[in-house]
Amino acid sequence: MSQATDPATLKKIASQIRRDIVRMVHACQSGHPGASLGCADFFVALYFRVMKHDRKFNMDGAGEDLFFLSNGHISPVWYATLARAGYFDPKELATFRLLNSRLQGHPATHEHLPGIRIASGSLGQGLSVALGAAQAKKLDQDDRFVYVMMGDGEQQEGQVWEAAMYAAHNKIDNVIATIDYNGQQIDGPVNKILNLLDLKAKWESFGWEVIDSNGNNMEEVVKTLAYAKTQAKKGKPVLNLMKTEMGFGVDFMLNDHKWHGVAPNDDQLAKALAQLEETLGDY
Amino acid sequence: MMTKYTFTEKKDTRSGFGVGLHALGKMNSKVVALCADLTGSMKMGDFKKEFPDRFFQVGIAEANMMGLAAGMTISGKIPFTGTFANFSTGRVYDQIRQSIAYSGKNVKICASHAGLTLGEDGATHQILEDIGMMKMLPGMTVIVPCDHNQTKAATLALGDHEGPAYLRFGRPSWPVFTADRPFVIGKADKMIGGSDVTIFACGHLVWNAVEAEALLSAKGISVELINLHTIKPLDVEAILASVEKTRCAVTCEEHQINGGLGDAVAQVISRFNPSPLEMVAVNDSFGESGTPTELLNKYGLGPENIVAAVEKVLRRKK
Repeated sequence: MSQATDPATLKKIASQIRRDIVRMVHACQSGHPGASLGCADFFVALYFRVMKHDRKFNMDGAGEDLFFLSNGHISPVWYATLARAGYFDPKELATFRLLNSRLQGHPATHEHLPGIRIASGSLGQGLSVALGAAQAKKLDQDDRFVYVMMGDGEQQEGQVWEAAMYAAHNKIDNVIATIDYNGQQIDGPVNKILNLLDLKAKWESFGWEVIDSNGNNMEEVVKTLAYAKTQAKKGKPVLNLMKTEMGFGVDFMLNDHKWHGVAPNDDQLAKALAQLEETLGDY
Repeated sequence: MMTKYTFTEKKDTRSGFGVGLHALGKMNSKVVALCADLTGSMKMGDFKKEFPDRFFQVGIAEANMMGLAAGMTISGKIPFTGTFANFSTGRVYDQIRQSIAYSGKNVKICASHAGLTLGEDGATHQILEDIGMMKMLPGMTVIVPCDHNQTKAATLALGDHEGPAYLRFGRPSWPVFTADRPFVIGKADKMIGGSDVTIFACGHLVWNAVEAEALLSAKGISVELINLHTIKPLDVEAILASVEKTRCAVTCEEHQINGGLGDAVAQVISRFNPSPLEMVAVNDSFGESGTPTELLNKYGLGPENIVAAVEKVLRRKK
């Protein structure tokens, strides 16, 4: 499914997905709303505009673009996106984090939820997996892309840098990685917890083509991903260093690490939903 | 001492892996190999030479290697990762747990230089906890072959096996004695029939058990020797059938007493047919530098230690 969807329509889908996120997290009183809200525009652009993918879902993804989520705790935005893109009935979003659900707290293949190809949650592992999938595509002469998202706090994990080094050395240029650069992690601002300093320079020095972007402007997200594709397949892996605001779309959650992994109460839910247009019908 | 098995040569089990991997590469184009800067030690050179496009040198970055392998399975590749047992398990346990085991990925984790017989490099590299770690992971197959031939056979068998697996082998030259033995994953191999006591062994200690059997036989003790090369899934039926007959058992492994083959057998026997059991294993300690034989003797894993354990269990049986 690759749709030539205009930014205005994409924004409407993103608004519904933001509603889904806060309702899911509120219903089970757990989960991670902050970065899920911040990344909603990126997920919508990817699944409704950029990627060639099949909502009937084949694990091997032959001839399709693949997406891996390394920072698995933002599962609400991924689940809502997959449901709204047709991978499964949006009604199933009501089972998020409940017993016997396919929508585990962190993404998993164990319960066979369509759209998920590997478990994630323990941080730092997704880039390696994406690179393996990308190299397998090259072996199979499959010219589609592999997308992967990581968190910025996740950049503190050593495995990320093992993978970064490997990708450039092996010229894995069919991978487009995105970092959700929201500057927040559980205990506080990233630069107070363990400063990443010049993250762009770090990735460039590891041999990646780095693109700076704004992840909360739909026109720009779409343009950035289109541009990233033009930079791929030139012998270097591509990184989209995407600034977002944690909690984007809900004013009282905006840019505050306190909303990393806290669920809204009933009043907060009502206030949040009042700010987010219902465009596709709540599940 | 006349053993019931003879050997005409000694070879390292890791070379059996290398031969098996190369053969698999020829048979199946889906087989790929990854190595963390130990191509020579892992005997992966022939595969690398003949299939350079399917060989991935990852450098000294084992966590990345496990993730890459998991990612490669998605399109149907069958990745075999190669590094030492310590770096194949303890160093990357979380990567294996999440990206491979929980995700149900068809990765074959192939690990050399396991146990004390690594020798002179010492305790930093002599992992003695790996069987335990790997057998605890749901869905993980754990295989510990006993010689060069069986390591080759196990490698070949893994090419047709679906699901995550851990193959543990080692560094030293060791008797090759299983030329005519069949190998099936999950099927214990009864190498010697007997009636007084059952010895369950895996890995290098199967040969020590062969030697122990000869010593015991000379004393008139009838030993049943079972090579439990697959720790998981465990051949419960074979264990119970043997213990039903002998009413006592000794386990032998180059591993900590906690968590390994002995633990697995004890669980079966205590649940289904409580009988005296002795364990020949490393007794909750780290190893040290030395030659393989010196180390096996110092840490109580030699043929004489197995004989002593059998005599002890027989006294308990009475």
